[in-house]
Amino acid sequence: MSAEALFLSGDAALLGLAVAGGVAARKPFAGTLVYGGALAICAAMLVLALVELLGRTNGETLVLPLGLPWIGARFRVDALSAFFLVVINLGGAAASLYGLGAARHEHSPGRVLPFFPAFLAGMNLVLVASDAYTFLLSWEFMSIASWALVMAHHREGDNARAGYVYLVMASFGTFMLLLSFALLASPAGGYAFDAMRAAPPAPAVAGLAFILALIGAGSKAGIVPLHVWLPLAHPAAPSHVSALMSGVMTKVAVYGFVRIVFDLAGPQGWWWSVPVLMVGAGTALLGVLYALMQHDLKRLLAYHTVENIGIIFIGFGLALAFKWFGMPSAAALAMTAALLHTFNHSLFKSLLFFGAGAVLSATGERDMEHLGGLIHNMPRTAFAFLVGCAAISALPPFNGFVSEWLTFQAILLSPELSSWVLKILAPAVGALLALSAALAAACFAKAFGITFLGRARTDSAKHAHETNRFALAAMFVPAALCLAAGVVPGLFIDALSPAVSDAVSGRMPAQAGIAWLSIAPIAESRSSYNGLLVFLFIAISASLAASVIHRFASNALRRAPAWDCGFPDSSPATQYTAESFAQPIRRVFGGLAFVTREHIDMPEPGETRPARFELTLGDRIWDLIYAPLANSVERAAVELNRLQFLTIRQYLSVVFAALITLLVMLASWP
Amino acid sequence: MKGLDFDVAHLLAGGLVLISFMLLYQNRLYALLNVFALQAVVLSLSVAWQAYVQDANHLYVTAAIAFAFKAVIIPLALHRIIAELGIQRDVENVVGVGPTMLAGLALVALSEVVMLRIASEADVLAQEDLAFALSVVLLGMLMMVVRRNAVSMVVGFMSLENGLILAAAGAKGMPLVVEISVAFSVLVALVVIGVFLFRISERFETVDAHALDRFRGDQR
Repeated sequence: MSAEALFLSGDAALLGLAVAGGVAARKPFAGTLVYGGALAICAAMLVLALVELLGRTNGETLVLPLGLPWIGARFRVDALSAFFLVVINLGGAAASLYGLGAARHEHSPGRVLPFFPAFLAGMNLVLVASDAYTFLLSWEFMSIASWALVMAHHREGDNARAGYVYLVMASFGTFMLLLSFALLASPAGGYAFDAMRAAPPAPAVAGLAFILALIGAGSKAGIVPLHVWLPLAHPAAPSHVSALMSGVMTKVAVYGFVRIVFDLAGPQGWWWSVPVLMVGAGTALLGVLYALMQHDLKRLLAYHTVENIGIIFIGFGLALAFKWFGMPSAAALAMTAALLHTFNHSLFKSLLFFGAGAVLSATGERDMEHLGGLIHNMPRTAFAFLVGCAAISALPPFNGFVSEWLTFQAILLSPELSSWVLKILAPAVGALLALSAALAAACFAKAFGITFLGRARTDSAKHAHETNRFALAAMFVPAALCLAAGVVPGLFIDALSPAVSDAVSGRMPAQAGIAWLSIAPIAESRSSYNGLLVFLFIAISASLAASVIHRFASNALRRAPAWDCGFPDSSPATQYTAESFAQPIRRVFGGLAFVTREHIDMPEPGETRPARFELTLGDRIWDLIYAPLANSVERAAVELNRLQFLTIRQYLSVVFAALITLLVMLASWP
Repeated sequence: MKGLDFDVAHLLAGGLVLISFMLLYQNRLYALLNVFALQAVVLSLSVAWQAYVQDANHLYVTAAIAFAFKAVIIPLALHRIIAELGIQRDVENVVGVGPTMLAGLALVALSEVVMLRIASEADVLAQEDLAFALSVVLLGMLMMVVRRNAVSMVVGFMSLENGLILAAAGAKGMPLVVEISVAFSVLVALVVIGVFLFRISERFETVDAHALDRFRGDQR
């Protein structure tokens, strides 16, 4: 049995599980059945994908007599899809593990259980599809299943609106991909990926297909300015689904982009890298700025997904440029950075969403302003969340540092490009990337500090209790992998080199042979990084410092009332808040990215009412692009509404005119 | 195909188109019904000739159905309806006769161009037949659009059906079932429209379709 057939039977098992989940949703064992089954299937597919990635280089095409009659459904697993299968099934297994614990608290299981395995199956099918029709069908299936999950709690807050915006944007993205594939397919109807590779279109057509793919896959991944649905939809779903959507589904979109742009169309012009680099840099910066402004924990994480997608796309832009100018090892470096960051982001974003979900189920709060001091009640969750925060802020010795460092190494190679535009653009992108990395660190200092440190701001935070053991396991597995990928990155880089050489037909030098588990992206004389040494240094110095402090300071410790400056019983509301944390940055960037208005309502002397400080935050992109678009759609709808009020004869005339127009078109067709 | 067969088929189909034009300028209801009956007679002759040429006996049945229903029963029934309801017998055109005829000419030219282009591989008889059939359909629709009186809208609709039957008879090997169902659909349409006319006239004391629009509940 070929690997393709095994993957397809895994997907079929997931779909069967979806049906079983729908039928037995009300039964008490349904959650255990669905999430346990999904965990087992995802784990099996994870092992299978790892074997495919490390062992075999090329799959063979499996054609099933499904779908369009003259095409059939084609499936193929190559190294690229095997790598993404690893990412998806790792995330899927972790989310299922979390789901095992969360299933008991789910108040409407019938809205979640059938769609969770269907969502996993849809994502897996996208990765093994090898013709445009199957790809788009699976893609749309994935979108619809995730939409159903977003709408699971449709009565709460803005969830229905989030679902609506998501559905519109998902349809738009799929439409763009459809057009892109139509341009890539030969006029004879070569919708199989093999046929597209064999007959690449002319550069102009390929360029248009590339732009459409950037828009289509990018809207799913969440690039600015197509990101608007993402921070609405991702937090609306149940927490483990948020983790799947943010950590995993965006990776399917990234896969779609790589598949079309690197594999099927291939760079056919130096300018291809320019829009990708600009979009990537803009996405990274704006994503993190928006994230900093949030005080809803899950929404903050969702905006951070936008930022990380930007970092990944910067890697892709560099890889496109290096590939076009014939620098395969540099292209491989940029591609490795992007793919490694894809893998890393799926790890720590899943971890952070699980943490946010644990906080949500323990306190019922997503708003950081109502949390605080959770490290006392939820020490294990806090530890895992801290690991995720350090990893996503690109702090060594964790994995986020490695992939961002590799991206910077690729940017440092850009002066060797023979295009002045790129020579100027790439360092600018590097500067923006550095800025967004620093802002991300600030953002997670805020997220962790306000949520877990200090004192509880509400009673629900005060009485929180540690989450269940499944959720803890779901957090600690990615946390351990974050550390492993940061300490021995060479192993991970070597493992994904087949996928890299699939995409850019070059590979980085093998890292396994270098002494002391260092990595050297180009040459050891130029730059190298040793995660193990950094880890040991940090561990030793931190434990030395801790022991010194314990020996000399712990005895001298005494507990006194906090902030006791003449106010003996200060309330927790006097603590630093999330808003105040973000305020300096909001002041600096307020005019650029947000439409901020601060209004201070100061009472006159003698008045007894309190002073009020009002802050309104707008989204410039929404005001500039989406609001006019929505208005024009509404105006058009009002105009077209007149068609509802014609007389019988006018309706007949409309039909007649349409018929005549079509006949005239037929007669005058060249 | 022999010369005479083709010529006669051509003549009859062309006659149908000509009678469609005659329908367009009739401004009295009884005259309109008579011309419609004439069109049905020519249609049944045309279908019978196709049956003879193609040596397809079931087409004789179609011709008989067309003659019985369209040339006899439906015109008689409409005559009776008009007499019983006391419908005003002169017809008000929305568009004048001259522009209507010009539009009809343009439609015939259009259908010839379309059919000669897209059916260039079919044999000549079928090609001409389809072109004439499309002309009859389009002229029927034109009549429905330019007339305001409900009875003449019904006649336009049924002349449109005549065009469909002409097309069906021209295509070789069209099963009888289809034609019978077409004939019955016309009959059903007549019943429905007849009832409809009675109701309209009872309610509004006119069959001017314009009157209906004034009584629509969703009028803005």
